[in-house]
Amino acid sequence: MIYAILGLGVLGFVFGVSLSLASKKFFVKLDPREEAVIKALPGSNCGACGFPGCVGFARAIIRGDALTNACTAGGADVTRNVSSIMGVEAVIKEKEVAGIMCKGGKKEARERFRYMGVNDCKAAILIAGGNKSCTYACLGLGTCERVCPYDAIRIDNNYLPVVDEEKCTGCTLCAVNCPKFIIKMLPISNKIHIRCNSLDKGAVTRKNCSVGCIVCKKCEKVCPLGAITIINNLAVIDPLKCDNCRKCVPECPTDTIEDYYDGEPKYASLMEKLLDESKLKTAVG
Amino acid sequence: MIDNQMTWYMIVLSALLVNNIVLIRFLALCSFFGVSNRIEVSLSMGMAVTFVLALASAASWIIWYFLLVPLNIEYLRTASFILVIATLVQLVEMYIKKTAPSLYNALGIYLPLITTNCAVLGIALLIIDYRLGFLNSIIYSISVALGYTLSIIIFAGIRERIEMAPIPDILKGAPIIFITAGIMSLAFLGFAHLFGL
Repeated sequence: MIYAILGLGVLGFVFGVSLSLASKKFFVKLDPREEAVIKALPGSNCGACGFPGCVGFARAIIRGDALTNACTAGGADVTRNVSSIMGVEAVIKEKEVAGIMCKGGKKEARERFRYMGVNDCKAAILIAGGNKSCTYACLGLGTCERVCPYDAIRIDNNYLPVVDEEKCTGCTLCAVNCPKFIIKMLPISNKIHIRCNSLDKGAVTRKNCSVGCIVCKKCEKVCPLGAITIINNLAVIDPLKCDNCRKCVPECPTDTIEDYYDGEPKYASLMEKLLDESKLKTAVG
Repeated sequence: MIDNQMTWYMIVLSALLVNNIVLIRFLALCSFFGVSNRIEVSLSMGMAVTFVLALASAASWIIWYFLLVPLNIEYLRTASFILVIATLVQLVEMYIKKTAPSLYNALGIYLPLITTNCAVLGIALLIIDYRLGFLNSIIYSISVALGYTLSIIIFAGIRERIEMAPIPDILKGAPIIFITAGIMSLAFLGFAHLFGL
């Protein structure tokens, strides 16, 4: 007994002392900026920058392999801090948030069968592509909700995801993990979303879902800026052209176009918008 | 089975093929699935395992025969071996970081990961169970690590092909990988009892 305690104790003590001595002897001076950059980053390791975690991103910045504004999760503040540490000019990108491009929840979209398997979209899609009649529809089992590291997505009573724009950092984890590719990253100033993902013909979509895009082209005609185009049986808004004028919203017969707008228009005039765009372009260039 | 009377090439053959650590003994499966995406990565993982395994088994052999046996505290071997391995990996990591930064970068995250690799502790325990001498222990642990490297490189090669192959939706991702590993294990069972090992 006494030998056991002594033996293991001495062993542990010797190892501990030798480790601490070795850490002093083999101390490697790191770039002090690395530590500062790591501190400035959010530290949630979401991977949106494309590097393995925040530490990997910080090292890439020090090496010069990454831009200081690549951290979408941190947004403008982090970009400014990191740029000041590295001594480069901060180029601020507009924040992007996740948009849910499907409005067909339990009430609106027809189901082909009752799914009783594992409560996850990635599992459900393996069985005949999911239980919704529309093959493009949201399955509503909350893979995006669970994958979000910032608690920004929740599934509502109608089994549709709802994005909290305040909490969303634009890390794209939900968009990557959605097996139906329903989540699109859109600039936060873009308040009009066409919430349908179906590439079926209008008549098919109408049968499957009461809120799907039936390709009536009314929104395309009414849009004064030409921001809406029909591509592959689906109306799509170009977020760079749209100025949130809301003219398309009442036109849509199926109520597919969602209006997240609650305030002043993004731009007072078209001129102002074009000016702003040219500024953005010079900033990017 | 292996014992100290065997010639060195029989020990190598046994560890490399007949009793392959991954495919027959089912140890070190975590890293076998985790880092077998690309052949280069699995090669550097294999190198790191070889390096650590040789050092760890030598150190635990010394601890066993010069500390635990004389003090009559053999029942503490798991605890003390874990202590030895963890310390050793830390020391090696610091040493390499200081003296050979290029090697440190090549091994990357895999070096500290090996601390928790069950093959390392498994081999440290096995060389005691087999009553191998010091030199034979080192030969055995290096050839076990080479067996690990062999199987993970074969697996990575197959996985690189699988990436391109038209696989039914229901088997995509993890399922086909597990099935592949199972078939590889069956193939290695063909070596069973070769040369009476």
